[in-house]
Amino acid sequence: MPKKIRVLIAKPGLDGHDRGAKVVARALRDAGMEVIYTGLRQTPEDIVEAAIQEDVDAIGLSCLSGAHMALFPGIVKLLKKRGAGDIVVAGGGIIPDEDVPKLKKAGIQAVFGPGTPLIEIVQFFRNAAK
Amino acid sequence: MFHPEELKAVEERLRAWEGTTLRDSLKKQPEWRGDFVTTSSVPIRRLYTPLDVGTKSYNERLGMPGEYPYTRGIHPTMYRGRLWTMRMFAGYGDAADTNRRFKYLIEHGETGLSVAFDMPTLYGYDTDAPEAKGEFGTCGVAVSSLRDMEILFDGIDVANVSTSMTINSPAAILWAKYLAMAEEHGIPWTKLRGTIQNDILKEYQAQKEWIFPPEPSMRLVVDTFEFGSKHVPQWNTISISGYHIREAGATAGQELAFTLANGFEYVRWGLERGLKIDEFAPRLSFFFNAHNDLFEEIAKYRAARRIWAREMKETFGSRNPRSWLLRFHSQTAGVSLTAQQPEVNIVRTAIQALAAVLGGTQSLHTNSYDEAYQVPAEKAVRIALRTQQILAHESGVANTVDPLGGSYFVEALTDHMEEEAYQYFDRIEALGGVIPAIRKGFFQQEIANSAYRYQKEIEDKERTIVGVNEFVVDEPAAVEPLRVTTEAYERQLGRLRRIRKDRDPKKHARAIEALRKACEGDENTMPRILDAVRAHATLGEICDTMRVVFGVWEEPLLY
Repeated sequence: MPKKIRVLIAKPGLDGHDRGAKVVARALRDAGMEVIYTGLRQTPEDIVEAAIQEDVDAIGLSCLSGAHMALFPGIVKLLKKRGAGDIVVAGGGIIPDEDVPKLKKAGIQAVFGPGTPLIEIVQFFRNAAK
Repeated sequence: MFHPEELKAVEERLRAWEGTTLRDSLKKQPEWRGDFVTTSSVPIRRLYTPLDVGTKSYNERLGMPGEYPYTRGIHPTMYRGRLWTMRMFAGYGDAADTNRRFKYLIEHGETGLSVAFDMPTLYGYDTDAPEAKGEFGTCGVAVSSLRDMEILFDGIDVANVSTSMTINSPAAILWAKYLAMAEEHGIPWTKLRGTIQNDILKEYQAQKEWIFPPEPSMRLVVDTFEFGSKHVPQWNTISISGYHIREAGATAGQELAFTLANGFEYVRWGLERGLKIDEFAPRLSFFFNAHNDLFEEIAKYRAARRIWAREMKETFGSRNPRSWLLRFHSQTAGVSLTAQQPEVNIVRTAIQALAAVLGGTQSLHTNSYDEAYQVPAEKAVRIALRTQQILAHESGVANTVDPLGGSYFVEALTDHMEEEAYQYFDRIEALGGVIPAIRKGFFQQEIANSAYRYQKEIEDKERTIVGVNEFVVDEPAAVEPLRVTTEAYERQLGRLRRIRKDRDPKKHARAIEALRKACEGDENTMPRILDAVRAHATLGEICDTMRVVFGVWEEPLLY
């Protein structure tokens, strides 16, 4: 049996909007992945530590408060610093179009805005683990 | 509402119609889907008739507006006497930015103020706290100090406008800042009108802006009830909120049930403190969502009024009709706004706002079309406000009280909502009450289940969302950007530095120490919080003091 894809769904910063993160976590689980949900108010250090401890293939970050630019890139940097740069990072939330290229440049491999079909997100994490 | 003989005749006519006119029609033109359901997946039948209302008593179920059980509205003349308050939720950047937005909204005809605070403020952190990184002013205004509160309302006549503040865990502190600000202007607290959201239970269930565990949080809430009833009699010391429960994914029925269950829990805590029900219950207010499904929403508001009135009178034994009134604010559904073809959100918001008005709301916020992207820009906000003005002045819907009262469909849906709520009340009670159910993750799981089901329905195209899974166009969204400026951030940091440097350190230390002792004991904390605010203790300093005494909440993890 192939190894199950392991994904960490994480809520960095103070944002309490967890509807999207939970729906995505459940969709990934239903698609056969192992999903670890961090809960709210995680620091970048918490998230990177959890990702390494749980030996995940990918991280999905969710932020709807507008703090994504301050939080997402630092997580990628920290992963690299800890020798875990192979973990794929994606993000979602209320993210203005103009921020998307900046996030991608900072190593966030995909950005999922409101209305993204779940199947697209599932497909991304499947490919990420290949 | 109908005589049995009349009902018998209607039933005969209905059966005949089904066997002839309907049957022929379905043969020629079958219905285009098997099930017709509401936004909350409640099945809706083809036709509603007097049979759905039956022999139930009009006077008992509906009555007259302004009279028990208030199904038709809390005022005898509703909007003919006074229109609902047009209250736009606003806040971004620093206090000066938001003060400008308030004045803009007042200039364009809004009739009440509503403050959106930023994430650090909601969680009791000052702007310069490490936890606040990147969050300054992005989804609300930062109010760390008394000075920020003064700037926020600079040039606004707070003696003559009502102000609502969406603040929960640190509600007592922000309220104290508002009271201290009024005090500085020489405005007696008895003249102040407004609302603090102060609904901590739904934070654990849905909005998730909690700090402390439930028990000390509930104590702070009851402290404000007690203080308000004595000193700020026109203030709503709580706005018991279904809005966020719905936004997190709940159905309309769950929103109604959980909100009212929370309401009863606050009443019990007030009574346990030794307060008399009719001293504090008249200042309890409510806040509901206005989602896409017009009739389902209207039924929800009508059922809410009837249940609240009945329970306050019959279960809690209140004697003052003011305590029976379910007064509510409503806001159109943020979660329904699409990032795709954002202009179309103007139409969604108009329909949702119509539901709130037909449902008898006391005040209303209409979302702006660009809010799937950001805190709204000026023009988008103005269109949202204009939507309310069109409903009030052009549409004619405010001309009569409860225009849908007596609709077979709306009455049947109202009854259905009511039944669903009572089923949930029983389940919550079986779990040991609201707080034990929160600890078990009951509400959280119910909401997550509904959110997932709704999303799956969209994925599977069982539910059409215009522009998202049907009628899609491939074009970039035209949204005028609104970004928080670094100047505002610098202003805010500078103000905090100056406050900490200029204040009297002895007075500050004494006030914090007195507050710590009050939190450890069982006296009402409000006077101590007020003293700390007057001594220019910041929000973060006050909350840190409380965090040490009360501890912090850790929620059950589930999805």
